[in-house]
Amino acid sequence: MRALDLKLLRDMRHIWAQSLAIALVLACGIMVMTLASGTQRSLTETRAAYYERHRFADVFASLTRAPKQVLDEIARIDGVTRVEGRVVFTALLDLENMREPASARVISLPASGGAILNLPLIRHGRLPEALHQNEVAISEPFADANRLRPGDTFRAILNGRKRELVVTGIVLSPEYIYTIGAGALMPDDRHFGLIWMRETASAPVKELEGAFNDLTLSLSRDANEAAVIDAVDRILAPYGGTGAYGRDRQPSNVFIDGELKQLGALATVQPPIFLVVSAFLVNMVLSRLVALDRAQIGLFKAVGYTTRTIALHYLKMTAGIGILGVLIGWGFGWWLGHEMTEMYTDFFRFPWLLYRPGPWQLVISGILGIAAVILGALRAVRASVRLAPAVAMSPPVPPVFQRGWADSLGEMLSLRQTTMMIVRSIIRWPGRAAVTLFGVSGSVAVLVVSFFTFDAIDLIMAELFEHTNRQDATLTLSGNLNDRAVIDAGNLPGVLRAEGIYAIPIRLVNGTQTRLVTLQARAPGAMLTQILDTEGRAITPSTAGVVLPEELARRLGVAPGDSLRIELLSPPRETWQVPVASVIRQSLGQDAYFDRDTLFHRLRQTPQVNMIHLAIDPNRLTDLQAKVQETPAIAGFTLWEDVRNEFVATLSESLITMSVIFATLGMLITVGVVYNAARIQLAERAHELASLRVLGFRRSEVGYVLVVEQMLLTVFAIPVGWLAGYGFALLMAQGFSTDVVTIPVVVTQRTFALAALIVLGSALGAVLFVMRRLDRVDIVSALKQKE
Amino acid sequence: MKTSILRTESITKVYHTGAVDVHALRGIDLSLFEGEVVVLLGASGSGKSTLLNILGGLDRPSEGRVFFRDEDLTRLSDSALTEFRRDHVGFVFQFYNLVPSLTARENVALVTEIAKIPMSPEEALDRVGLADRMSHFPAELSGGEQQRVAIARAIAKRPDILLCDEPTGALDSKTGTTVLEALIEVNRSLGTATALITHNAAIRRIAHRVIYMTDGRISHIEENAERVAPSEVSW
Repeated sequence: MRALDLKLLRDMRHIWAQSLAIALVLACGIMVMTLASGTQRSLTETRAAYYERHRFADVFASLTRAPKQVLDEIARIDGVTRVEGRVVFTALLDLENMREPASARVISLPASGGAILNLPLIRHGRLPEALHQNEVAISEPFADANRLRPGDTFRAILNGRKRELVVTGIVLSPEYIYTIGAGALMPDDRHFGLIWMRETASAPVKELEGAFNDLTLSLSRDANEAAVIDAVDRILAPYGGTGAYGRDRQPSNVFIDGELKQLGALATVQPPIFLVVSAFLVNMVLSRLVALDRAQIGLFKAVGYTTRTIALHYLKMTAGIGILGVLIGWGFGWWLGHEMTEMYTDFFRFPWLLYRPGPWQLVISGILGIAAVILGALRAVRASVRLAPAVAMSPPVPPVFQRGWADSLGEMLSLRQTTMMIVRSIIRWPGRAAVTLFGVSGSVAVLVVSFFTFDAIDLIMAELFEHTNRQDATLTLSGNLNDRAVIDAGNLPGVLRAEGIYAIPIRLVNGTQTRLVTLQARAPGAMLTQILDTEGRAITPSTAGVVLPEELARRLGVAPGDSLRIELLSPPRETWQVPVASVIRQSLGQDAYFDRDTLFHRLRQTPQVNMIHLAIDPNRLTDLQAKVQETPAIAGFTLWEDVRNEFVATLSESLITMSVIFATLGMLITVGVVYNAARIQLAERAHELASLRVLGFRRSEVGYVLVVEQMLLTVFAIPVGWLAGYGFALLMAQGFSTDVVTIPVVVTQRTFALAALIVLGSALGAVLFVMRRLDRVDIVSALKQKE
Repeated sequence: MKTSILRTESITKVYHTGAVDVHALRGIDLSLFEGEVVVLLGASGSGKSTLLNILGGLDRPSEGRVFFRDEDLTRLSDSALTEFRRDHVGFVFQFYNLVPSLTARENVALVTEIAKIPMSPEEALDRVGLADRMSHFPAELSGGEQQRVAIARAIAKRPDILLCDEPTGALDSKTGTTVLEALIEVNRSLGTATALITHNAAIRRIAHRVIYMTDGRISHIEENAERVAPSEVSW
């Protein structure tokens, strides 16, 4: 081995702890990149393959009823390749060992043969046969949650009659990778499932023989989706079509899109912090090493090594740190990627989902990682290798200190000399102080961003369950009913208060921006549900126009006072031009609101309801549930306690995992930065600190100089980190907000305080760890050397 | 009768370095009396510095005992030794050991801030003739000036003992003389017992006693009937 390479190996052994600290910080960045981009790729590719093989439709529409002949007309639209009309409806279920009602979406299969689009994937058993009216296939998550197997039976309320159904098969569908029931906020596999039934069995339930109420179609590669949707809407309008939409509005697909977007945000927002911090750390450590090697560099040059060879020597050392960091990052990224993919398989129902990071993503993350540290090293190396041999071999010029503002400050505050040493050191080496400051603030920022997720969720939860939805349960009616239904609901057992809601599908249009949403009208004086303005105050919808959630208004490009087109997608199917009355806060879902009396006046109808919110006496819940199951007019029953529990359970698992990971990463940065800074300081000041010991300074008094400088910088870094963290929280909120969820930018004092405490604790731990080395400094020999 | 302030009883010091044991001290019995100036003379490796470090509580003997007045230093813990140095000993080294980020006055204040009955930094610097260089940083001072700051720092706590390891080793003759003058002046006015290591034989004439060391032992001790002023010494 060449002598220079031997030196390299030995030098690296000497600074192994510092190198490892840097490599770990770098590894954090590489890990998040590998994890997020790999998971993103796995999800994207799996979804694409699943969609392709199981013919996931391109356009979807619901309607009231249309004869099957209409399908031919739709098939003739330019660009349409396959069309399927189905009968789809919601039914209440009566499951053994479950008091509360569950519900299911019933989807028809053609009378014979398989589905044309959205092919169910059979996991166990077989599809139902047309001859056996009671046979059904059910969705796998629902089957798992309720321990149903082929051959088992359960009861469903179809057309007001309880019917015993036999499970023949367990299936998955590309249309329901993410399954969420009507009115639910989160998947609830126990209380909501999917049922596939032969058309011959399901159509009679809704009196839809020879007709359909749900349409899906696929498009050719070059089809114009918008044009097809327009055509479908025109054709279905007379049949109660509520507006066709593409994959970009298909709930399951939208949800996965949201998740992919969030993974993208994860892969881009956080890793740069880690890469930049590692670059700075390398710069700090290598500058020190090169400074120590100054005389040797002079010697190498004197004996004839070229500047390039020497520079390369140090860059090799840096590359070693970079490679180590990249390898650790890949390893942990791979492992966590598997874990995260596991987590996704609970959430999303893919027939298969393997974590497979792309080779290019690995290569790119590796190159970025090594490039970051090499960039950090370049400056340090360049300065020293450029010195002429004679200059390099002579000792460096001692640092020059100057009197300045710090002296007056010191006198004014009558600071101790040990404190003055700290102040002057920071002023004399502002670059080094800046690296520590920057690194630690990066760590604060990472922590703020991580804990911000909790703040956002807390706010969403509070808004959702305490301020806006204060009802105990919600009844979804099987159709529109006269307002009197609310009084009937009020008379159900255990109901303390009932409030009706009328919700209809509409399309909002402003120029080229359109959104399919639900328009809600609440009874005047409604108390169980509330609408909050942007300040969080309860308001009643104005009679002057439509009320929109802030984010929806932003996406449509409208503000209060602007005019907006509303297309009613159910009878009377009119188009209104209405001003935006105000914007409100709504994190989950996107509903537009209208004053009830104004709405029905415009509709020229008497008030109707299709949803009823209830306040109930918990002691009589069982009676209520029993009654609900016997009432044909009720298609769904949502208990908000369950919704809340499900929400918390789903979120807490994934959120806590992510936050623990990021809190660890945040701590690692602080430890990496402070440990390195303290080690360098200790090495450079060994002489000075030994002198203090000789003068009779106690160990703690000498430690003070080391600890306080690092802690002072840490304290200064905290507000900087808070600010940066807030900025990153803004970016994350943007990156994580989807059409389904709007992440509010809210960072609580708790988050700021927690981030600061963790960083202070990690910094103190790191510097105290280095301080132990003070004991090993040999006072006598340190004094023998000339500085 | 002279009162001893530091006394050693057959101290030895063995350094275990790798395969060989280095015997730095091989049984030293010595007393340092109040108010006297002692010069330790000897070749490199004769054990002078090791002896000085043990006397000052920077190091411990392998065997034997060291008494400061009646207190056995060899039985003290590390932190008690620190307190001993803090309250009773002043050190001056060949390479000054000043804190570069502190001015002359501040380097002295470093010690006066933790001492029990210190003089003011200004007084200490005045005693070594540096009253007008107080707000200079070490890098702005000459070698002799830096060494005099080190002396001022060592005496500012009014130590009982002043231990100097080659204080003029890095200085030219003229500058060395000013440093020695400062030391003798401090000894005269404060009565601080002073031990001074040198391998410059000419300096021995400023001391009350000269201790010759060879190979870890005291070869002989010589008393100067007549001391000379540092200005009369040249090398």
